[in-house]
Amino acid sequence: MSHLVIGPNWPARLVLAALSLAALIFAIALAVTVGEMAIPLPVAFRALGNGLFDLGYPVSAIQQGVIFEYRLSRALMAALCGGALALSGAILQALLRNPLAEPYILGVSAGASTGAVCVMILGFGGATLGLSGGAFLGAVAALVLVALLASGAGGASDRVILAGVAGSQLFNAATATIVTTLASAEQARGVMFWLLGNFGGVRWPDLLVAAPLALLGFLVCMVHAKALDAFAFGADAAASLGVAVGRVRVVLFATTALLTATMVAIVGTVGFVGLVIPHAARFLVGPAHARLLPACLVIGGVFMVLADILSRILVPQQILPIGIVTALFGAPAFAFILYRARRPA
Amino acid sequence: MTLATHDVRWGAGGRMIVDGVTLDVAPNRVLGLIGPNGSGKSSLLRLLCRLRRVASGVVSLDSRDIADLPRHELAKRLAFVEQQATTEVQLTVCDVVRLGRTPHRAAFASWSAEDERAVDAALARVGLSERHDQLWHTLSGGERQRVHIARALAQEPRELILDEPTNHLDIRHQLSILALVRRLRLTCVIALHDLNLASLFCDEIAVLHEGRLVAAGMPASVLTPERIARVFGIAVEIRCDEAGHRHIAYVMDHEPGT
Repeated sequence: MSHLVIGPNWPARLVLAALSLAALIFAIALAVTVGEMAIPLPVAFRALGNGLFDLGYPVSAIQQGVIFEYRLSRALMAALCGGALALSGAILQALLRNPLAEPYILGVSAGASTGAVCVMILGFGGATLGLSGGAFLGAVAALVLVALLASGAGGASDRVILAGVAGSQLFNAATATIVTTLASAEQARGVMFWLLGNFGGVRWPDLLVAAPLALLGFLVCMVHAKALDAFAFGADAAASLGVAVGRVRVVLFATTALLTATMVAIVGTVGFVGLVIPHAARFLVGPAHARLLPACLVIGGVFMVLADILSRILVPQQILPIGIVTALFGAPAFAFILYRARRPA
Repeated sequence: MTLATHDVRWGAGGRMIVDGVTLDVAPNRVLGLIGPNGSGKSSLLRLLCRLRRVASGVVSLDSRDIADLPRHELAKRLAFVEQQATTEVQLTVCDVVRLGRTPHRAAFASWSAEDERAVDAALARVGLSERHDQLWHTLSGGERQRVHIARALAQEPRELILDEPTNHLDIRHQLSILALVRRLRLTCVIALHDLNLASLFCDEIAVLHEGRLVAAGMPASVLTPERIARVFGIAVEIRCDEAGHRHIAYVMDHEPGT
């Protein structure tokens, strides 16, 4: 059983791709029909036809609105968000050679939310920078800070997690300070709700921003799939295999910062998806990044759509922040991975 | 002359670690690099592979400055085996060896018959063909080092740099790894701690002391009691057995540093 090579086994790959796409479509269809107002699937498809191609099926205006303007955009955003965060987690785990690395634990999400809050409440950069721009700058600042802290502390791969803990505490404190001292009560409530992750506010224009960025990030990662494989034995080993380590690191760290920041700006901080999904994907398709990265995208997407459904139906009459649902699954998984990682060297 | 350095310097934290080393590596010979801890062996090896950039001086490959070579071109010519590189990733033996094909493959190139042949040949040369599908984590230290050498061979290099590959191995595996390196018939530069192993397996020996090259040449001419006393601070006697092998024996009535 070899992992690092995709054989010339085209039919199997096509079947796998079709299956995963089917799983994603099924999850999204489920997300569109399940909710406070249960809507049968045929109605959902008719509403979809109306929304996309103006087909004029007889669908009640309320159902049409709920499905097309609210649930579909929300489900697609959930799929994108889960995929992008899982992708970021897989990249960070490979580059930092630490199975616990992911945007949330390394403080990248915290940095992005500080950046977004700076724009939202302090008005930094105004309309030109925008929420996503602020989140991106915050995410990059957090990554740079954590990298400096980690290399200052000896650069071993376990230091990265400690530096990430310090970084996320710092940025969360900064966010809390800005919100408590400068925001109005209404702003504060909105920010706190957004910080825990929330797909409720997602509309089509958000998708038009997030989808191209996520696609671009995915393509950049795929170009570097072989280079990521070469990091298995560390940066020196990768460099001696001909990988331009410095350039690959800068490009991929920037890509994870961009992916994370885009999702934080639209959805808020959602933890543990980037941690858990890459491990599940590795278990299913092996460690070769040419397969692992697409698998992360699909599995992360399906997971997040299902988590979003749960967040809407777990407590009747109420929508849980998505971050709470992912933490419900993520925290035990984190403990399990930590337990497995203690294997003697 | 294949691999050579000219007046190479490199430092870290305000201290010169490699201080003006000029060295020629003879083609298809094994050059042993010896010296006390902190003498700059590992750093010099990393400069040879361009894993660190020289502060001044030139490392050249066939008279070309390696700083001018694209990194993947260098990786097709010259391979590096670290002291003890390990991984958290669940890889099989052939996965690890296949990493050696990285510099030969473009970003989206699929696995070719030539790649497969290079991997099979590399595994055969280190004697691990039957371990093809075994998980890396289940290998012994000596087997892991062999797999690393196979990974380096899959790069199809002409120069092989090894940084204390026998560290942490028992004596049988130390001997078998060094015998394997000799059999490869590549231009090898190998850092070693054990003076007897260095004298037994290397065609030539270079001695580093405080970042400077203090001697280079045939083991018999380089490893003299006087030089070992000066560089390592220990007293030794050199004895020859009937087969003509030289043995470096430590003289124990003389405490180091007294």
